Amino acid sequence: MTRRQKNIMNTTLRYLVLIGVGTIMIYPMLWMLGASFKSSNNEIFSSIGIIPKKFSLQAYINGWQSTEYTFFTYLVNTYKIVLPKVVGTVLSATLTAYGFARFRFKGKKMFYAILLSTLFLPQVVLNIPQYLLFRNLGWLEPSLSYLPLIIPTFFACDTYFVFMLVQFLRGIPKELEEAAKIDGCNSLQTLWFIICPVLKPSIVSAALFQFMWSSNDFMGPLIYVKTVAKYPASLGLRLSMDADVGFEWNKILAMSIITLLPSLIVFFAAQKQFVEGVTAGSVKG
Amino acid sequence: MRRNKDVQISDAVLKRRGFRYFLKENTGFLYILPWLIGFLVFKLYPFGSSLYYSFTDYDLFKDIVSFIGFNNYTQILDTAKIRKAFEVTFRYVFMTVPLKLAFALFVAYILNFKIRGVNLFRTIYYIPSILGGSVAIAVLWKFLFQNNGLINQILSIFNIVGPNWLGDSKYSLFVVSLLRVWQFGSPMVIFLAALKSVPTDLYEAASIDGASKTRQFISVTIPLISPVIFYNLVTQLCQAFQEFNAPYIITDGGPLGSTTLISMLVYQNAFKTYQMGLASAISWLLFLIVMTLTIISFMSQKYWVYYSDDDGR
Repeated sequence: MTRRQKNIMNTTLRYLVLIGVGTIMIYPMLWMLGASFKSSNNEIFSSIGIIPKKFSLQAYINGWQSTEYTFFTYLVNTYKIVLPKVVGTVLSATLTAYGFARFRFKGKKMFYAILLSTLFLPQVVLNIPQYLLFRNLGWLEPSLSYLPLIIPTFFACDTYFVFMLVQFLRGIPKELEEAAKIDGCNSLQTLWFIICPVLKPSIVSAALFQFMWSSNDFMGPLIYVKTVAKYPASLGLRLSMDADVGFEWNKILAMSIITLLPSLIVFFAAQKQFVEGVTAGSVKG
Repeated sequence: MRRNKDVQISDAVLKRRGFRYFLKENTGFLYILPWLIGFLVFKLYPFGSSLYYSFTDYDLFKDIVSFIGFNNYTQILDTAKIRKAFEVTFRYVFMTVPLKLAFALFVAYILNFKIRGVNLFRTIYYIPSILGGSVAIAVLWKFLFQNNGLINQILSIFNIVGPNWLGDSKYSLFVVSLLRVWQFGSPMVIFLAALKSVPTDLYEAASIDGASKTRQFISVTIPLISPVIFYNLVTQLCQAFQEFNAPYIITDGGPLGSTTLISMLVYQNAFKTYQMGLASAISWLLFLIVMTLTIISFMSQKYWVYYSDDDGR
């Protein structure tokens, strides 16, 4: 075999592997999408084909109102939790990262070490006392039950984002800020007029990740949200599974797709930011 | 007149100096203050109090909390169900993490060759991870591994009768673990970025010296991306030990407790039967295990993680 032939063979092999892996990634989701339009369990479990015999939206209609409230309620509830969480994270993580990356103050090294170590602190160990804390604050009342999920984000409790932004900030040269300082900007103005525009892609990236993670969050709402009227989509989906006696898969899958849809749209609209965000913390540090 | 005005100004400056001076010296501290408050209230205090609760018989329905020393911990060791959950968690972690990382590195390695449509492949591989812990993805997994689900239908094409994946305690944990391996996207993206940063002249030099592709991978690639391997290892370990959603949705811990992970046990004891003391003890034991492994990983760095000198510090 010549070198050229060997090269061609290797390249072909690589593409085959990549396409194979791609199929494993995508096919299950396509099968799920197809199944949500199929008319019965029988049809779903009788072939590996995606295309239904007859497109039916019945599963979506039935699933939408399969529980006490429609899925519309659950979706609205989800964003009542997610959007404040995103705002809180962006504000608090930016301020904290700015403080760590651009100033000297007493104990900074120690505080940063603490911040990094909390990255490895398992949430499991905090859940119980946090629950008791919020219970004492009266935040378990149905009308307040989103507060335990939202308030901590305003205090930069998702430290990963602080870490991420600090990493980005370290890569940004300080000349502009110094110029701004000479022109008489105070530190807050510098942050707003100089840093934020440069840091915007990273901030967007943090916002997107928080959006995804909070939309998908299950354990948080499971612990704190006890009234069905307040359920976010993750709990609503779980409820519709439990409520479904005959286990009509098309219905459950249809609702799964509806809960995934916003996340998928956001992902496709902003893939680049996701990829940059996920590599930020690890490669530069 | 003029002199008088100057005096007034400097007086005012002096008055404000204390506060200004404080601000100037501690601006950074003020910026991190929200985080610090959050850390104290939502992290440190809960962290400490859960240790305290773990030595008590705290029960949400009882008013009196009494200190019972190591009783919760001895109860953990004495209860077969809890011991089993620890065993299952270990099996789960040591199955999921190596498989996921190996797969992520393998795919990233292939993607790093001059491949057309790298971005397309990368996007496709990343989709399952971005949907992460969502309930819907766990539902999908449950669906695929039904008796007549996609997996068994594909197996039957090859004349293999697939097992009852979710109903058989031999396979159930594997199925749960496979879901997380399938979501190899984020470590892969990180590996890929690291692979791209390996200077190509190193490979050229190695191949002039007659090193084969495998040899180059082991002697050049692995050492150079070892910081990233380390990062992925630690983050994945932390995540895997806390896995909750997948077994909760897919198998609800069954059959026969074969997928009951520690975090599920903590949840049941804390929020179903409200035995806060016992649940705290279980969570602390889990924390100690995770911490020990993290510290071991950090200490092992000097034997296998290579930090180049020109990269910052």
